[in-house]
Amino acid sequence: MIGAEAIVKCLEEENVKYVFGYPGVAICPFYNAITDSSVKTVLVRTEQSAAHAASGLARTTGTVGVCAVTSGPGATNLLTGIATAFADSIPLVCITGQVDSSMLGSDVFQEADVTGAAESFVKYSYLVRNVNDIPRIMKEAFHIASTGRKGPVLVDVPIDIQNATIKNFKYPEELSMRTYKPTVKGNFAQIKKLVSAVEKAKKPLICVGGGVALSRAEKEVIDFAQKNNIPVVSTMMGIGVMPTLHPLYFGMVGNNGKIYANRAMHECDTLILVGARVADRAVNRPDIVMENTVLIHIDVDPAEIGKNYGPTIPIVGDAKSIFEDLNALDIQSEHGEWLDKLKEYRETLIQKRDPKPEFTDPAFFIKKLSEKMDDNAAYVADVGQNQIWSCNYHIVKNGSFLTSGGMGTMGYSIPAAMGIALSNPGRQVVAVCGDGSFQMSMCELATIRQENVPVKVVVIKNSYLGMVREYQHYTYKDNYSVVKLNDYPKLEALAGAYDMKYLRVCNNEEAEGAIDAMLKEKGPCILEVLVDPEDTVK
Amino acid sequence: MQKTVIQLLVDNTSGVLSRISGLFSRRGYNIESITAGVTANPNYTRITIVTIGDDDILDQIEKQVAKLVDVRDVKVLEPGNSVYRELALIKVKVDAQSRQGVISIADIFRANIIDVGPQTLVIELTGDQEKIEAFLGLLEGYEILELARTGVTGLGRGIENVTYLP
Repeated sequence: MIGAEAIVKCLEEENVKYVFGYPGVAICPFYNAITDSSVKTVLVRTEQSAAHAASGLARTTGTVGVCAVTSGPGATNLLTGIATAFADSIPLVCITGQVDSSMLGSDVFQEADVTGAAESFVKYSYLVRNVNDIPRIMKEAFHIASTGRKGPVLVDVPIDIQNATIKNFKYPEELSMRTYKPTVKGNFAQIKKLVSAVEKAKKPLICVGGGVALSRAEKEVIDFAQKNNIPVVSTMMGIGVMPTLHPLYFGMVGNNGKIYANRAMHECDTLILVGARVADRAVNRPDIVMENTVLIHIDVDPAEIGKNYGPTIPIVGDAKSIFEDLNALDIQSEHGEWLDKLKEYRETLIQKRDPKPEFTDPAFFIKKLSEKMDDNAAYVADVGQNQIWSCNYHIVKNGSFLTSGGMGTMGYSIPAAMGIALSNPGRQVVAVCGDGSFQMSMCELATIRQENVPVKVVVIKNSYLGMVREYQHYTYKDNYSVVKLNDYPKLEALAGAYDMKYLRVCNNEEAEGAIDAMLKEKGPCILEVLVDPEDTVK
Repeated sequence: MQKTVIQLLVDNTSGVLSRISGLFSRRGYNIESITAGVTANPNYTRITIVTIGDDDILDQIEKQVAKLVDVRDVKVLEPGNSVYRELALIKVKVDAQSRQGVISIADIFRANIIDVGPQTLVIELTGDQEKIEAFLGLLEGYEILELARTGVTGLGRGIENVTYLP
């Protein structure tokens, strides 16, 4: 057995179903070996999409996403995808081919120091120097990616190592990593402190982040909220943890969030923050917001606790395990007035929109789309104005809401949706992007066709880079610089080029029929929504 | 803002020093000095970092460093129960008149003269940072041609501060 075959065997041992990637000479031994395997391969059209597709798979299946690309430009193209996964703590194992070990460091053809380049946004990286290390390294890579605070792990494998003969392949059953032991179980004394804080609280609030989805603790958190009648808000990455229309859910916080969600954050006296890092977009000036608040911060990553604001009660551990412990305890809490107040806010503090009738109102369209989507559908929002509209108007029922929240990588939605559709056969998957973000990943329409997955792509078209335009509108007094897109590509012709059904919505009246037609379509489909170019998310 | 000495025990793997120094530079933490050397157990390296920051930054440094997969132990070497040493090599320009003066300052500090040339002396001095600063202060009247300092390394005092490595 050679190194490349050993890597494939390791993927089989880890029950990997799909590898997303792009071959090149330096990864060819691997792609040669994988043809004899149960692991399926997907040829994306640019390497960045491989990481996004693997991310979509990882987030909806709870397994580790895998991608494999070649050295040099293949590896550097992958970097944005790796950084995107790192910012949102998505578990990936990224395999890159590398030039011959003996030539490392001599700037030969297609050599790039990818472990060096990716250092600041991988959870860990390996440059494989000895073929016999492959089973251990692969085992560790999957373990590191999927435990503690999840994240991407990079395995860079020189071509001579892929071709070298491995003695006695044995996939390790157990791992003994001397230095890596993440905390899972929450400290019980801290959990008891949480309970007594909640019992004292008159205005308790839970803010959920992406960490709850990553730990698959949605049910436990909802049970806790329901049992103790505690209202819930979310960060952008926490959207979908709780169904949007749940009576205890009060929307997304942050400068693009709901007014009533931010009001709840300001007025609560006890905040349980779970799997969220309260970054700058979620809470502006946390020192002011939290001044008179008992802050309980639950996170699997001890370094997140106190990074942006020091908590009163820190609890390090996995959200699922901590909320299981919490749900086993009896808590006495009474705060009916607080809930009534928040419900009143939810009904009265509504952003007024003033849409022009000659265009489609994105808020109207997205609500309509959500109503008609399957209960368990996956909705992937891209980046830009479309993302904020999606966050604010998409109604999550029992499905998932995915977006690139931390890094804000344009072009995330289409490849991620493809990864979801492949790994969740039968599940409805809709990618919603803008005309800017669509063009960043439109090459993947070919992959969607090749894999024959019924991804629905909604393009909210305003012929602008709308989010930047809006920023220039407010900050630079309408000096619009480098934000105008022209009307190309003509999406109808483009859909034709990919043999996809094409639909267009010019105004609110046309929305319902087009959405029905799109969702009924068996294959992939492009739905273009013409919106007001001057519309803002505020 | 205070000066703090942090001691790390890390897996002796390739690239570990760059992972740690990279973490400091990208998160904007100060490194005043960094030293690294293998421990009695060749699987581990001991790294001693002198850093400057307030309590919040130090707390973040400890947590972020502890998060690195290669790091086994992070400890602040508190001044009260630790010993620190630094080694400095100082090349001083001398002539027949000034040579004896420099040698006598070196003697007072128990420094060693390890090279003598017609116009130079190389002095080796070991001590904590204050001692080295004081010595350099006394040499102000002379011309220092070259100065090489190792940076601080240190250990906790006594049996209770030992981190045992398997």
